[in-house]
Amino acid sequence: MVAHLLSLKWRLLLNGFRRSPWQIVGMALGAIYAAGMTLAGVAGLVALRWADPQIAQTAVVLGGVLLVAGWVLVPLVTSSADLTLDPGRFTTFAVPLRQLLPGLALAGLLGIPGIATLLVSLGTVVTWARGVVPLAGALIGALLGVLTCVVASKLVTTAVAGLLASRRFKDISSIIFFIPLVLAGPIVTGLIQGLNDSRDYLPGLARTMSWTPLGAAWSLGGDLDAGHVAAAGAKLLIAFASLAVLAGAWYLLLKRAMVTPPSTGGTSRKAGKAGLFGVFPGTPAGAVAARCLTYWLRDPRYAGSLVVVPLLPILFFFAGSQSGSYELLIAVAPVTAFLMAWSISADVSYDNTAFALHLAAGVQGKDDRLGRALACLTIALPLVFVFTVGSAAVSGKWDWLPNILGCSLGALFTGLGLASVVSARWTSAVPAPGESPFKKPPGNTAQTMVVQFAGMGAMAVLLIPEIALVVAQAVTGRELFGWTALAVGPLLGGALFVAGVRLGGAWLDRRGPEMFAQLADNR
Amino acid sequence: MSAPYPDHPVPEPTPAPAASSAAATVPALALRGLAKRFGQKIAVNGISLDVPAGSFYGVVGPNGAGKTTTLSMATGLLRPDHGTAFVHGVDVWAQPLEAKKLMGILPDGVRLFDRLSGEQLVSYSGLLRGMDRAVVESRVRELLGALDLARDAGTLVVDYSAGMRKKIALASALIHAPRLLVLDEPFESVDPVSASNIRGILEQYVASGGTVIVSSHVMDLVQRMCDHVAVVAAGRVLAAGTVDEVRDGATLEERFVSLVGGGTRTEGLEWLRTF
Repeated sequence: MVAHLLSLKWRLLLNGFRRSPWQIVGMALGAIYAAGMTLAGVAGLVALRWADPQIAQTAVVLGGVLLVAGWVLVPLVTSSADLTLDPGRFTTFAVPLRQLLPGLALAGLLGIPGIATLLVSLGTVVTWARGVVPLAGALIGALLGVLTCVVASKLVTTAVAGLLASRRFKDISSIIFFIPLVLAGPIVTGLIQGLNDSRDYLPGLARTMSWTPLGAAWSLGGDLDAGHVAAAGAKLLIAFASLAVLAGAWYLLLKRAMVTPPSTGGTSRKAGKAGLFGVFPGTPAGAVAARCLTYWLRDPRYAGSLVVVPLLPILFFFAGSQSGSYELLIAVAPVTAFLMAWSISADVSYDNTAFALHLAAGVQGKDDRLGRALACLTIALPLVFVFTVGSAAVSGKWDWLPNILGCSLGALFTGLGLASVVSARWTSAVPAPGESPFKKPPGNTAQTMVVQFAGMGAMAVLLIPEIALVVAQAVTGRELFGWTALAVGPLLGGALFVAGVRLGGAWLDRRGPEMFAQLADNR
Repeated sequence: MSAPYPDHPVPEPTPAPAASSAAATVPALALRGLAKRFGQKIAVNGISLDVPAGSFYGVVGPNGAGKTTTLSMATGLLRPDHGTAFVHGVDVWAQPLEAKKLMGILPDGVRLFDRLSGEQLVSYSGLLRGMDRAVVESRVRELLGALDLARDAGTLVVDYSAGMRKKIALASALIHAPRLLVLDEPFESVDPVSASNIRGILEQYVASGGTVIVSSHVMDLVQRMCDHVAVVAAGRVLAAGTVDEVRDGATLEERFVSLVGGGTRTEGLEWLRTF
């Protein structure tokens, strides 16, 4: 049974590649990244072989605790548990649970995160290769630790499967997850500072953790090296017992889940709420704008990027507080304008096959393009004004206000025009509707990268006049260039916007069915 | 009718259906030598078909027969390799915007804009077609009432059941009062009550002069509901005409099995009777 499940998982992985060679490329990039992280981890652990035993023990135990916590938390916050071997799919096969369980656990290891975890954990064996007994202890500990990771992760995902399947939880958790991701820089800096302040406190923390199920397995090697045989024995018991309890709980939950699949209920709501459709004009372009703006607010794939926007000034402010000068803060408005405008460059891909409605209704390309751009403008235009004035006020660089405003408006309209052309012609691999914004999207990842890079390059070329005026003011310090930018940005951007909507619209009119065929392929 | 692919690249000549001189006889939907190939696989191999105006037309065929591909090409969603389609004499591929005004379509297996509420989605479909907002509002109310969705009008479509999604998609296809309805598997995963609800609406629509073309693999349903039927298999039309002509005294299901072939082998599988 175990062998069956392992070969099934392996088959699924290989067959995934057969869909498109580009998927292999995407997977290879992910594997290279994971390999780099793994290599760094293993190298660190090997280096610890010659470190002071107490430092080594602290690092190994706390690292192990983080590893277990990661396996438990990451599927929760990304709602993207690996469901290729979803236990629900085995309900009709009457596989004895006792055989299914170890099979699922080991199959959970087959995959990039599992293999990386296993390799890093085996690195601890090298750390404690200071004698036969510590080495054996570390080996047992590593295996127990890895199993704890997998089983705890499976237990949590099974327990909250109902919650994970509920749309509202998915939406919220995936948006919230953006925040730590964007603020990773400040958070890491803060953590390092905190760790520096509490360096004396860490060995104590590791000692405490080593008596808990999270850390017990990882402390075996170090304890044996230090000669604490009794403590090691007790911790071995703790590690075994917690693994057994976790597996038992998983067994019970799985038994229940097999007969009562999670159900997603929703409350029904009555008619009478036209929402944004009542606000925008009742034309095709107005309807597209209302629909897109509704999506900006309701769909986590869009809403996620909206959550990022207010965090941008925080990032810039943080960078300023590190360097002691807030002058760079004035870049926040143009950067926001650029990011917001470019975010609709994959708009049709986000529609997925729902785009069939536009095709069936015979929407004209220019209405489609204009509506999508209007929805983005509704949010981006006020933001750009607020950020421009706000950043000038905080940095005190009022003399830059006209230049930055012109440059931001130029970037916004140029970007929208370019995105209108790009999304009319090329599809990108993006998460499907209803899926987590972090889920590895199906389809053509390599084309997506090429389109994104080429698009950004084109954007840089189109923005040369605005950039030149910023440089001119920076070099000469003359405000005349700023006022010129305030005129050039909106005029040039506006012209490019109109041209982009026209060109993108014409392309979409001509190639609508081909776009739809690509979307159906990427699905 | 010659198949375009075995002796390609000669496409079948595509005469337009009779022009305005005989307006009464212009078919609601006329397919002329439609053909499509995906890689090595020929999905549709030269299908020509006339759907008379005012008929309730069923397209039946086994899985993979090319029903969905044919209907996609007939409705402007998928560009054919050869041939074209005419809706009330308007060429779908030469004048797509005019043809799409005459058609309401329910494609199978495509997503909906499901982050909209049911009523928003149907309104969206109307507004996209350039309809007046007041007209859209009153029609949405009536459609949702007729399809028994009024109670869930404000619920997001993503929280709908599969049957409700079919019904809301049908409402989106009806909002602009099309002269021709093309429905791909409209009864799949729809409960019996909703199915008879939908049937009632469609029969009323046909009675008042509209034309409906449905694809299905439920023979019983097609025999009871439709007046015309076409049997499609392996990308070709095997038989077409009124239901009585096609079934020729037998039931439609028997006739279908004898036309399509296969599935009659009942010997073997003895172990299944020994438990």
